[in-house]
Amino acid sequence: MPEREVTYAEAIREALREEMRRDPSVFLIGEDIGVYGGAFGVTQGLLAEFGEERVIDTPISEAAIVGAAIGAALLGMRPVAEIMFFDFMTLCADQVVNQAAKIRFMFGGKAKVSIVVRSPAGSGTGAAGHHSGSLESWFTQIPGLKVVAPATPYDAKGLLKSAIRDDNPVIFMEHKLLYRTKGPVPEEEYTVPLGIGEVKRKGKDLTIVAYSIMVLRSLEAAEILAREGIEVEVVDPRTLRPLDEETILSSVRKTNRVLVVYEPPRFGAFGAEIAALISEKAFDYLDAPVVRLGGLEMPPPYNPHLERRIVPQVEDIVKAARELLRS
Amino acid sequence: MLSREDKLKMYSTMLLIRRFEEKAEELYMAGKIWGTFHLYIGEEAVATGACFALRPDDYITSTHRGHGHCIAKGADVKKMMAELMGKATGYCYGLGGSMHIADLEGGNLGATGIVGSAIPIAVGAALACKLQKNGRVVLCFFGDGAANTGAFHEAVNMASVFKLPVVFLCENNQYAMSFPVHKAFAIPDIAERARGYGIPGVTVDGMDVLAVYEATKEAVERARSGLGPTLIEARTYRFKGHSKSDKGVYRTKEEVQMWMERCPIKRLRALLIEEGVPEEALREIEKKVEETIEEAVRFAEESPEPDLERARCMVYA
Ligand SMILES: Cc1ncc(C[n+]2csc(CCOP(=O)(O)OP(=O)(O)O)c2C)c(N)n1
Repeated sequence: MPEREVTYAEAIREALREEMRRDPSVFLIGEDIGVYGGAFGVTQGLLAEFGEERVIDTPISEAAIVGAAIGAALLGMRPVAEIMFFDFMTLCADQVVNQAAKIRFMFGGKAKVSIVVRSPAGSGTGAAGHHSGSLESWFTQIPGLKVVAPATPYDAKGLLKSAIRDDNPVIFMEHKLLYRTKGPVPEEEYTVPLGIGEVKRKGKDLTIVAYSIMVLRSLEAAEILAREGIEVEVVDPRTLRPLDEETILSSVRKTNRVLVVYEPPRFGAFGAEIAALISEKAFDYLDAPVVRLGGLEMPPPYNPHLERRIVPQVEDIVKAARELLRS
Repeated sequence: MLSREDKLKMYSTMLLIRRFEEKAEELYMAGKIWGTFHLYIGEEAVATGACFALRPDDYITSTHRGHGHCIAKGADVKKMMAELMGKATGYCYGLGGSMHIADLEGGNLGATGIVGSAIPIAVGAALACKLQKNGRVVLCFFGDGAANTGAFHEAVNMASVFKLPVVFLCENNQYAMSFPVHKAFAIPDIAERARGYGIPGVTVDGMDVLAVYEATKEAVERARSGLGPTLIEARTYRFKGHSKSDKGVYRTKEEVQMWMERCPIKRLRALLIEEGVPEEALREIEKKVEETIEEAVRFAEESPEPDLERARCMVYA
């Protein structure tokens, strides 16, 4: 039988549905997630199945949405909050950064904040500076938070299920250009553990470390390079924090060259952490300095030609890989 | 009292907003405008009546549904159309698009894609007006949804305690995306909120441009004379979906129809005819508006694309 294929958005919806069926303490809270089905249609149909007590539409109050999730979690619930666009995480940053992340520690390990904050990130939709952000690196910097950035429907479903079951606050980043991409997702129950990366393509000449949509672009680039006889290994950490260091390092030890590809502006973003990790722990294996291919240092522009140029595209990855192999 | 000239000007402005957006929607369908945008169709009386109560050197702040505010404040639709088409001649060099148009020379301090975030900025501008003793007023547009953000509460309170020259104009179009006001508020009138901040609150028919004008004028005078802010709630309706991705499942056709019958443009037109304005004069305005829009599209289409290097230079001053 051919494997079933579903979209990334459907995979996320399935994870939510299955976890809500399995555990009555799971509920959803956010703006327009009910009858509207979410700005990207991810929660469509869940209101009909679970009712207004478990699919809670709220006023435009990001701080209250996340704060309410935290409060409910302190009483043993497992809320999944939706923040309509990743850029709006700034509006609940206190709740996420100062409350969700620190409560357990500052209360002497007594409390658990088992919440998931789901949010669509990334550029490419022509929505300009307020709706195109990739702010994941802000959150990977905060001890107490886990940060997940799936690239495929399979990973999205399995990781979200793990995130919901996790006792820590998890930031779950969904790239909006991925929502309509399709991939195999088994009918039967499975989870993908947090903190375990995956080699998405095997190769021996060069390692590309990428997450979220950059995995797909890197795989496409690898395909092009393969025609030139270059064998690229693509490693997807899937979870940015905790980070699966070993999967990255063992690939580096094999290929001896690394390109790190990510969407946020290059300076100071999460990709720098990966580069630093490799320099620290696999320096002796490197035949060339680790190269970072990140976004340009500017807010996402509205004009589509410019918007395209601020984040790595397939051709940029191919070019960077070729240069790295020449060095 | 408003003269016939004034009312004809209002008519022309409302019509310009309507036609601008109809054309923008057409261009969107043709793939010449992308991303998303939020149509103001149905709400034209609010921006028009309110901006009419301002002096040219007063300021406004706008929202994600900002085309109407922009036009009513006197923006050049050529530059607006160019911005929507992402061109270098647009108000924001094609970098902001529909949701982020600003016209600083025209006194429009900008639209924002983050709901509620312009409210504190309006308060800051009003603070500057007070410090600079320039006698100017800031008119702050925002939606019913924005009235539930933390920014709204913090900003209105601050403006009140500082007695700043700002007018808060809530465009209550009955929905924040799919969320109806009766579910988002536990009180019947948003204007009631004013009491909690010690400022006057008034509710006005947002489909009646003259009523919006009168209410705003009073609030502007109050602000200008140093008595502080007012909260105005204008009851209105957006005839179209929230944005281009709205499937419209949360409201009935009958409800939309009911509000469309109260179209502010038709209403003013009927009033003008009743007051003896010849149809001919109105048709002339209508023709002129069409021409202005055609010219704007031509200008935008012929304009160059922005340049990445120049854009890069705009990141820092
Ligand atoms: C802080 C924030 N949260 C959510 C959104 C998504 N969003 C954009 S417009 C909108 C509804 C706004 O409603 P309202 O303020 O009443 O203005 P209207 O769209 O009705 O003109 C929402 C939820 C946003 N842009 N910013």
